[in-house]
Amino acid sequence: MALLEMIDITKRFPGVLALDKAHVSVEAGECHALVGENGAGKSTLMKVLSGAYQPDSGLIRLDGEQKHISSPIVARNLGITMIHQDLNLLPEMTVAENIFLGHEIVRSRLGWLNKRTMENRAEELLESFGQGLSGRALVKKLSLAQQQMVEIAKAISVKSKIIIMDEPSAILTDRELGELFELIGRLKKQSVAIVYISHRLEEIFKVCDRVTVMRDGKTIQTDVTTRLNQDQIIRWMVGREIEQFFPSDRSIPGEEVLRLESIEQAGKLHNINLSLRRGEIVGLTGLVGAGRTELARVIFGAEPADSGKIYLGGKPVRFRSPRQAIDAGIGLLTEDRKSQGLVLGMMVRENTTMANLSRLVRRGFVDVRSEREVTSGYIRNLLIKTPSTEEKVRNLSGGTQQKVVLSKWLFTQSKVLIFDEPTRGIDVGAKAEIYQLMWKLVAQGIAILMISSELPEVLKMCDRILVMHEGEITGELRREEATQEKIMALAMGLQQAANL
Amino acid sequence: MMKPRLAARLSSVPQFLIGIAVVGECLVFALLSPSFLTLNNFVNVALQIAIYGILAVGMTLVIITGGIDLSIGSIVALAGVLAAGLLEKMSGQPGLGTLLAIVAGIGTGIVSGSFSGLMITRLRVPPFIVTLALMTVCRGLAFIFTGGFSIGNLPLAFGFLGRGHIGPVPVPVVMMILVFLGGHLLLSKSAYGRYIYAIGGNEEASRLSGIHTKRVVQGVYVLNGALAGLAGISLASRLGAGVPNSGLQYELDVIAAVVVGGTSLMGGVGSVGGTFWGTVFIGILNNGLNLANVDPYTQKVALGVVILLAVLLDRIKK
Repeated sequence: MALLEMIDITKRFPGVLALDKAHVSVEAGECHALVGENGAGKSTLMKVLSGAYQPDSGLIRLDGEQKHISSPIVARNLGITMIHQDLNLLPEMTVAENIFLGHEIVRSRLGWLNKRTMENRAEELLESFGQGLSGRALVKKLSLAQQQMVEIAKAISVKSKIIIMDEPSAILTDRELGELFELIGRLKKQSVAIVYISHRLEEIFKVCDRVTVMRDGKTIQTDVTTRLNQDQIIRWMVGREIEQFFPSDRSIPGEEVLRLESIEQAGKLHNINLSLRRGEIVGLTGLVGAGRTELARVIFGAEPADSGKIYLGGKPVRFRSPRQAIDAGIGLLTEDRKSQGLVLGMMVRENTTMANLSRLVRRGFVDVRSEREVTSGYIRNLLIKTPSTEEKVRNLSGGTQQKVVLSKWLFTQSKVLIFDEPTRGIDVGAKAEIYQLMWKLVAQGIAILMISSELPEVLKMCDRILVMHEGEITGELRREEATQEKIMALAMGLQQAANL
Repeated sequence: MMKPRLAARLSSVPQFLIGIAVVGECLVFALLSPSFLTLNNFVNVALQIAIYGILAVGMTLVIITGGIDLSIGSIVALAGVLAAGLLEKMSGQPGLGTLLAIVAGIGTGIVSGSFSGLMITRLRVPPFIVTLALMTVCRGLAFIFTGGFSIGNLPLAFGFLGRGHIGPVPVPVVMMILVFLGGHLLLSKSAYGRYIYAIGGNEEASRLSGIHTKRVVQGVYVLNGALAGLAGISLASRLGAGVPNSGLQYELDVIAAVVVGGTSLMGGVGSVGGTFWGTVFIGILNNGLNLANVDPYTQKVALGVVILLAVLLDRIKK
């Protein structure tokens, strides 16, 4: 009997079916990989298992017994622990305090902490992983790898039977990764089950016994690792039919408007070269953390580059602030609309004119009448669904909010627009509208750099596709030659596989 | 065009509510005390709230950016004693001395505000901490400068600022009205005011929309400091002396008025109009309770309860 079974788990968020009858079973003493593209549903499924989300339907069995995991505390008591990518430790507390947080060892019923016992136990636990750490060390003084070990020790100390590791290798060096694999081996011998989420397929072949591939909220396949190869897994990850839909009257891109040469940013971007022409949509794809958003922020002047050159319309530019980039004709539609793109408590009108308000100032005051006219114009042209120009942006849907952000950048008369994940969190109908708008914009001569993790969207929209992997552009594909498999291989840093 | 106007009217509901509260309060006090509803008493109330009103306008801007300024009470004292000290030195030329005293008082506020602004925008120290520190520093400087004594015997020309009249209206009241009008226009009609709201609503989105967020916030603290300096001169003039422990805890009374007026301590929401009514409300409350012979200790309790009620009402509305 499987230790854990998750059967027909379905979870719907507004506008998105995040999990569609997902099914996973995990054995005791097994390391089970969970792979899939960004947004395939891996995290959502694990959040259901760890009690952070409640599924709409489906059931979870532990040791054959049906369980209702109503909160993270219930999950912990059932022996399920999730170790998040950004570790959840309290940096100002000691190793022992962190490990025993919430289940401290006390001397008597009065609740006096038994510090020494906790410290000794903590040290014993870490010793058994081959980690000679003091229980009294402050967590903030430890390396990330050591902090991860403390997290795992914490999981063991509450007698976890299932440990979910979300991208554990992202913060580790090769040597530290070796230590982690050794520890996973030891945990397996103690019949602990590990669910291992990772983008790095080579790791999965090294450490995992079985793989479950997810796509679009569904679990596509589960198989034993030794029977598989990387290509097969990639095919399962992307394997969906792409509807080809591209406007036939696309004009040929014009002269170059933006060029980047050897852009460097320590630890984030390396040797980035890129060119963007009038009337062109260039896709920038890759996995989360590949450096796409960082690159967008460098182009936009929101973060400085360490070295390299940027040319706009053939002239070298160096933007020290977003203001300068905006004045030069660049607009950035940020990935996170709510925290970076909009002031939610302000009206549609105020958000629309925010980046170019000085244009509407007459004798020191904002000319609200022209402001309303300008905004009404965009509401008509972009079909923005709002009751009036005075509606608070907070009350609008995701797609409508995105259109408000777009009108903001049209009002600054941008020549280059960077769309960072333009359709994230937007329902299908609104997505199509955003695509139509993008095509309309390039037809008017605007150049678009489109950052997206959704491969079908990238394949559908872009004239050229650049793929990033760990801060570098690993390949450029023309529209005709691009396939999901090639993009995925480049995104994982496997250049050879891309040449297939 | 009906819809926008309706929406605008609805969004000014908080001011509407506080307006009703002020009227209600007046009715109650009019019943309790015969001397409440007299012109004389209203001028009296206006004079009492003048200094707080000037300070509250600056504080409103600061709070809308998501900040706070605890140093204004001490700036009031420091500006007052420096102005008085200058006047004492220049007792031979009272006219020029008065002019320089005004410049010195407002200048003190500008310097202090600039300091807070720089610490907050460039070194990223939380406003609470910066201005808390500045509060004790300025208070200390005021005592060091005077040796702990008041500086009196100020010339007649200077006294005009606190005790003079323009027609029937006391000068501090005129100053307050001008500051409220200016603050209202700045905040609700100018691009700068729009940026203040935007930064309080979402600083990162504002920055990425090309707003020079640091410059705007810096400016708000400088302006707030300048108004504190102005209030300091006015108070010194009214007292006829530079008093090192004047303006004590003004920052708290002022914050209370701003909050009662519907400005959110989270930033992004508020108005100068609301602050006006908040200031008036608290001014009338103090005055009315005095006239009704409520003892000062009970008055304090009443004031606290009212502040809580005002904020609770705001919560419930959301």
